[in-house]
Amino acid sequence: MTTQVLDSHDHHDHDAEASAKVVFGFWVYILSDCILFSMIFATYAVLHNNTYGGPGAHELFTNMPYVLIETFILLTSSFTYGLAMLGAHKGNKNQLLIWLFVTFILGVSFICMELNEFHNLISEGNGPQRSAFLSSFFTLVGTHGLHVTCGLIWMILLILQVSKHGITSITTRKLTCLSLFWHFLDIVWIFVFTIVYLMGAM
Amino acid sequence: MNKKLAVLLSFGLLLLLGGCNLPIVIDSKGTIGEQEVRLVRDALLLMLIVVVPVIIMTVVFAWKYRASNKRAHYAPNFHHSNVIEAAVWFIPIIIILVLATITWRTTHELDPYKPLEVSNANPPITIEAVALDWKWLFIYPEQNIATVNLVEFPVNTPVNFKITADAPMNAFQIPQLGGQIYAMAGMQTKLHLISESTGDYFGRAVNFSGAGFSGMQFTARVATQEEFDKWVASVKALPDTLNNDEYKKLVEPSENNPVKTYGNIVPHIFQNIIAKFMMPGMDNLDEDHSNMEMK
Amino acid sequence: MNILGKLDWNAIPVNELPAMLAGGVMVGGFIALVLLITFLKKWTWLWTEWITTVDHKKIGVMYIIVAIVMLLRGFGDALLMRTQQAISVGANQGFLPPHHYDQIFTAHGVIMIFFMAMPFVVGLMNIVVPLQIGARDVAFPFLNSLSFWLFVVGVVLVMLCLVVGEFGQTGWLAYPPLSEKQYSPGVGVDYYIWALQISGIGTLLSGINFFVTILKMRCPGMTLFKMPVFVWTALCANILIIIAFPVLTVTLGMLALDRYLDFHFFTNDFGGNPMMYINMIWIWGHPEVYILVLPAFGIFSEIFSTYSHKRLFGYTTMVWATFAITILAFVVWLHHFFTMGAGANVNAFFGIATMIISIPTGVKMFNWLFTMYRGKIVFSAPMHWSIGFLITFAIGGMTGVLLAVPGADFLLHNSLFLIAHFHNVIIGGVFFGYTAGMVYWFPKAFGFKLNEKIGIAAFWCWIVGFYIAFMPLYVLGFMGATRRLSHYDYSTGWHPYFVVALVGAVIIFIGINLQLLQVVWSIFTRKKNLDLTGDPWNGRTLEWDTASPPPFYNFAHVPHVNSLEPHWDNKQYLLKYPEKKNEHRPYEDIHMPRYTGVGFVIALFAFTFSFGMIWDIWWLAIASAVVMFGGVVYRSFDYDIDYYVTKEEVEKIETEISNRNLA
Repeated sequence: MTTQVLDSHDHHDHDAEASAKVVFGFWVYILSDCILFSMIFATYAVLHNNTYGGPGAHELFTNMPYVLIETFILLTSSFTYGLAMLGAHKGNKNQLLIWLFVTFILGVSFICMELNEFHNLISEGNGPQRSAFLSSFFTLVGTHGLHVTCGLIWMILLILQVSKHGITSITTRKLTCLSLFWHFLDIVWIFVFTIVYLMGAM
Repeated sequence: MNKKLAVLLSFGLLLLLGGCNLPIVIDSKGTIGEQEVRLVRDALLLMLIVVVPVIIMTVVFAWKYRASNKRAHYAPNFHHSNVIEAAVWFIPIIIILVLATITWRTTHELDPYKPLEVSNANPPITIEAVALDWKWLFIYPEQNIATVNLVEFPVNTPVNFKITADAPMNAFQIPQLGGQIYAMAGMQTKLHLISESTGDYFGRAVNFSGAGFSGMQFTARVATQEEFDKWVASVKALPDTLNNDEYKKLVEPSENNPVKTYGNIVPHIFQNIIAKFMMPGMDNLDEDHSNMEMK
Repeated sequence: MNILGKLDWNAIPVNELPAMLAGGVMVGGFIALVLLITFLKKWTWLWTEWITTVDHKKIGVMYIIVAIVMLLRGFGDALLMRTQQAISVGANQGFLPPHHYDQIFTAHGVIMIFFMAMPFVVGLMNIVVPLQIGARDVAFPFLNSLSFWLFVVGVVLVMLCLVVGEFGQTGWLAYPPLSEKQYSPGVGVDYYIWALQISGIGTLLSGINFFVTILKMRCPGMTLFKMPVFVWTALCANILIIIAFPVLTVTLGMLALDRYLDFHFFTNDFGGNPMMYINMIWIWGHPEVYILVLPAFGIFSEIFSTYSHKRLFGYTTMVWATFAITILAFVVWLHHFFTMGAGANVNAFFGIATMIISIPTGVKMFNWLFTMYRGKIVFSAPMHWSIGFLITFAIGGMTGVLLAVPGADFLLHNSLFLIAHFHNVIIGGVFFGYTAGMVYWFPKAFGFKLNEKIGIAAFWCWIVGFYIAFMPLYVLGFMGATRRLSHYDYSTGWHPYFVVALVGAVIIFIGINLQLLQVVWSIFTRKKNLDLTGDPWNGRTLEWDTASPPPFYNFAHVPHVNSLEPHWDNKQYLLKYPEKKNEHRPYEDIHMPRYTGVGFVIALFAFTFSFGMIWDIWWLAIASAVVMFGGVVYRSFDYDIDYYVTKEEVEKIETEISNRNLA
């Protein structure tokens, strides 16, 4: 099979087409992830009263300021990711990398706060094994947390790739996908915050 | 050949529905079963209005327009006709409209939760059924007795079955009386049946529940009121009491269980079996938890 | 702690003769295959041409080969079940104890749906969809390879459980609480969970892949309403996959959490709710039925039109009917459990919604009939399967609508009537369709045709065997025979019907053997059946426009399309202007993806991961997860994933093809 080095013109044509496909494909993936979350939300809705004599949402989710700070951190990280993307579109590699890094730190803080909350619940004997309600709570919040963690790892990989290759059509495409993912997780968190914490505390 | 076979067989099924008395589901002994069988027949007849022409058209078209038939008209570009399209939408829609009307009506009439209203019937009797691994426990709260793998009740008497499980999910059915409902732990489902003639009917667990499932069957004995009263009296004379200890023994998995009867039961044992799954520390059936709210 | 977790020598079921025989055949076959490849020195070829391939045609072929292997396994299970039920009456307990019998019916259902029907249809879509839309590959070729190998992990797990451990004894949907640790403490359900979870993720990726392929990669001129019906049905099936499979992932994930970490989603106690599992699994499960059958409808549409030598009747209606079915597929799931006690209004709603599906389905049947009307029908093997389908599916559809009437369902739910019904539609609709499609597109994939006579003989065995095997099951349903029984009494009167059903199964078995013979025979006599034109059936759509088998880039020139049947119209045009035949456009460089083994490696470690999870070998599970993740990272850092085939190379290949076909 004869192959040749791609010349830059062809490369560009093909990349634009490929990027359109990948970003569209990623939208479709997010759609399917949406369904995944909606099933877990539905499960939570069905099970949230099945406490089997244990504590319910009303007793457990009383520390509203803590959750508000968590929410604030995650929302800010979406904003800083937006700033990073602005840098990417301007071709400003430094701006991109700095804001990506800030986003990363905010994401890690969010995950640490969530883990701390989980730790407190479990050490008080209110782990997911306690009741169907707690099973569904840990699964819902945990699945979101797992998504955020994957997003963070992905972010590291992109920071490395941008450092190596610079802002190319390929790295921009990957950054765009992660940005979709990151904002999507933000929206999911708004629902988690409303349905689990706000409605639970009320 | 296969086409003829298919037509014959689909008519064969109908014949079975008509009169032959071997298939037991068809040979109904109670009003619920009869109505359900009638519904099956009506629905099938209604659908045959489309299915039979489709089968005939398939055979006729395939044969008539075979490539070797030079006399058949060939229209390679015939791909649209408003009349045909309208007809092929319209006919199924009409049939489904009729069937949907029947469905709406009968689903409400045959709702297993609906108490039976049969004229000339005796006052209803309540029997509580529990699916265990792998046998059926029947509790008579009014008579204060319990049985395993045998349920007896008087003829012409509406029976209010209350059903739960203390094992994997199952389903309760006496095919010749019609109806079927799931049995699930921590929950109560209901089934209302009646038998219009005496005799022994076959009853089964019909939702797969593990190794002993095949042997999880029971006899539904429909007796006259006198025979039933006599039977209750004879059971009451027995010394065995279904209490917490007896129940713990009974609930252990066992296969192909023989009939067993208990002359006495602790109060509200059925409600206690359900309540057991709702809170920790409710395992003792001798204590009364019947005031727990039913799920 | 044991380094091998729960795994020890007791895991090998040496005392279970049927399992050991089947396992022996499987292991023996595997060793023979390895020896054969070594002897023929084909390992390099296998790696460079097949294992690392991202070519949709080769991936499609591999899917179908696996599907056929799994058909044999699943059918073996069916024969065992039929035999057991034909003899285990009265004092005779048959030859399968419940522990074994329960595994067999569970495996039969799981295999036939997930590992026979699904790969068969994904394989056909792989081979056909890019060719029909004039594309050079799917949207994400690497993902396609990964999907395939993840699916193979599921296959390997359900095969492996024959010789190491056991399979689930829960029925094919593993209803809890039976499938919970409390009632199924063994590894059977864990095999089930991981086999389905891993292959299900592969299917979801395939769904996204084909959805994007169909929407983004159609050749110039092919608007949505110029797509062949098979592409439409594939599009709708993939929409269903994208929406339904995440539900399966969540459901199985929760069952896994229950079993592994003592969560309480579906347990009897601690507030768990098994009814939720049943709802969720059917929210996936009902669309799954349409994922299987819609592409079969597409295949029949192509076949009726091609062999009637006529345009498909009512193309637009077909498309809208397909769409209607796609949407309705999501609002009918509750009809699988009317007997749960949901109340009359809910039951009536779902019953009527189910019936409404029969309207677009009925319209499709009439459209196929009117495609034959005024045609010139050639009774080829695919046409036999299609006509057999029309009759069989009409009956299966009727019994299905009957079961959608809640009042009738109370009588027949969980009985053999239900079994007869869904085999009626799945064999008569899905399997007949895929078989017809395989025979129809075989020459496109391999360059030679399958033997017609053996194929038609196989069809007759199948259809006669089907009616003899399943009509008694309808009757048994009316006689109160419950599904999944390993033993019953003479007094039930069921015995003669079970014996007849066994005879039918044996006839089907002959049919399957004839199908295998058909393939083997055709391979040996292929010189006589070569398809040199690329268009053996006088076809109508784009896939017949290129050579058989097509070059790896499918089309030397990207086709331009301006009608529904571009190939047919092109043929008419060339008849009118024969001088246009020899016109050649200059060739251009073709952009193609590089082959890669990353998908295979990730799947390999997905397998060791699952195996570790099933047997509690935590170090293996963790290490495998790390390597899998490493594979993804490696792929992310690999920027050299495609290349250009030069125009000189294309010209060389095209000349070779035309020389071969002239010779």
